Amino acid sequence: MKIDYIFYLLIFPGLLFISILGLLIGWVDRKVSARFQFRVGPPVFQNFNDFFKLLGKETILIKEGVITIFIIAPFIAFAMIVLVSSIIGISLFYSTSFGGDLIVVMYLLMINSVMIILGGSSTGNVYSSLGAGREIKLLLADELAFILICLVPIIKSGFQLQLDGIVSSQIQYGSYIGSISGFISFVIGLLCIQAKMALPPFHIPEAETEIVEGPFMEYSGTLLAFWKLNGFMLYVTFPFLLILLFWGGFNPEGPGIIWFILKYLLIVLLIIVIKNTNPRIRIDTALNFFWKYASVIALVAVVLAVFGY
Amino acid sequence: MGWYNKRLSKSIWVFHVSASPCNNCDIEILDLLTPRYDVERFGIKLVGSVRHADVLLVSGVANNKVAPKVKYLYEQAPKPCFVVGVGTCPASGCCFKKSYNVPGKVEETIPINLYIPGCPPKPEAMIEGVVKLVEVLNG
Ligand code: SF4
Repeated sequence: MKIDYIFYLLIFPGLLFISILGLLIGWVDRKVSARFQFRVGPPVFQNFNDFFKLLGKETILIKEGVITIFIIAPFIAFAMIVLVSSIIGISLFYSTSFGGDLIVVMYLLMINSVMIILGGSSTGNVYSSLGAGREIKLLLADELAFILICLVPIIKSGFQLQLDGIVSSQIQYGSYIGSISGFISFVIGLLCIQAKMALPPFHIPEAETEIVEGPFMEYSGTLLAFWKLNGFMLYVTFPFLLILLFWGGFNPEGPGIIWFILKYLLIVLLIIVIKNTNPRIRIDTALNFFWKYASVIALVAVVLAVFGY
Repeated sequence: MGWYNKRLSKSIWVFHVSASPCNNCDIEILDLLTPRYDVERFGIKLVGSVRHADVLLVSGVANNKVAPKVKYLYEQAPKPCFVVGVGTCPASGCCFKKSYNVPGKVEETIPINLYIPGCPPKPEAMIEGVVKLVEVLNG
């Protein structure tokens, strides 16, 4: 039993799988974005080259500010993403629960943003603290809508909080995305993960053009490599979570694996299309969008779910 | 270190240091980064912070006011870090050579690994220069 858990955490849905798939999907993102701009785009192993190059570069530490938090922030975020991906992956691929339910997942997903905020504000750099401040506002903006849409599968599965319970209820009664409330919350969820991953149009915290990568500005070498890896790993975690919550999970028999890959690629493609067709919005527009429209629509979805639509 | 140099040569992140040029070289550098030349296919990326940079693209003569800042930037870049002098300005001073506020060659402020001459050099010339740098890295 214990050996199994180590395998889960380190190899299959855990560390190795998530990081390699994340770097490859990061390449898909860069390549498709390049095709959007009529470019050729980078070669397949570009992200691996970037990662190993950054590992070998000099890591410059800060002189003022809180140096411990500066160093541990990327590693804590990395560990949390690996943990949450393992929890989601085990429920998807092995149909068992790993001692964690949806509430744990929601908390762990937030830790990445919290670590970006801590790491950014520990440096004492003006741009970094600006970026950290913007990350706080963005977190406040999207968290409400995200929690509301997470309520929909809970209600629809008869108030189950276990991830495998949600999956098995979908296998029994069909995917939630087929119902009105499920579809609405899937769309809102797509926008929320766009904001949680800080991708355009919500890349307000790292806005390269004005606050040059924001919280990551002072990071170099190994620490930066881990921040970049974290960003790419989220390309795996969030689509898996969406598939698990709304789109029927993973069916190991027959063509199930092909369906799963297609579903995953479709979600990633949607993320990339949204990313490439929208300019950055201001922080007040983002708050406006999430609080005035997205949360209200998510609330409507919750009410619809309660009435069984 | 051969393996590492290969990774480095395939993922060069450049930081643009504009050290008092006439601005023409900067425009050519920006041309280089447009979709037409698409340097991302070689792994070259423009970064906004000097902490992420592998190559500093220095254009201009680095006059009295700018030279200390250029030195500071070079010191803040994580090593290994290479410096490419773009244009005739860093190489010889070009038309600003005899100017009252030019302290001397850029080379006296920071070490320069590669010169790309031209006033301004074409983007093709810059690509060739970077390819030469990559060849040196690959041994
Ligand atoms: S080399 Fe020529 S074009 Fe370039 S900055 Fe100097 S004077 Fe201007």
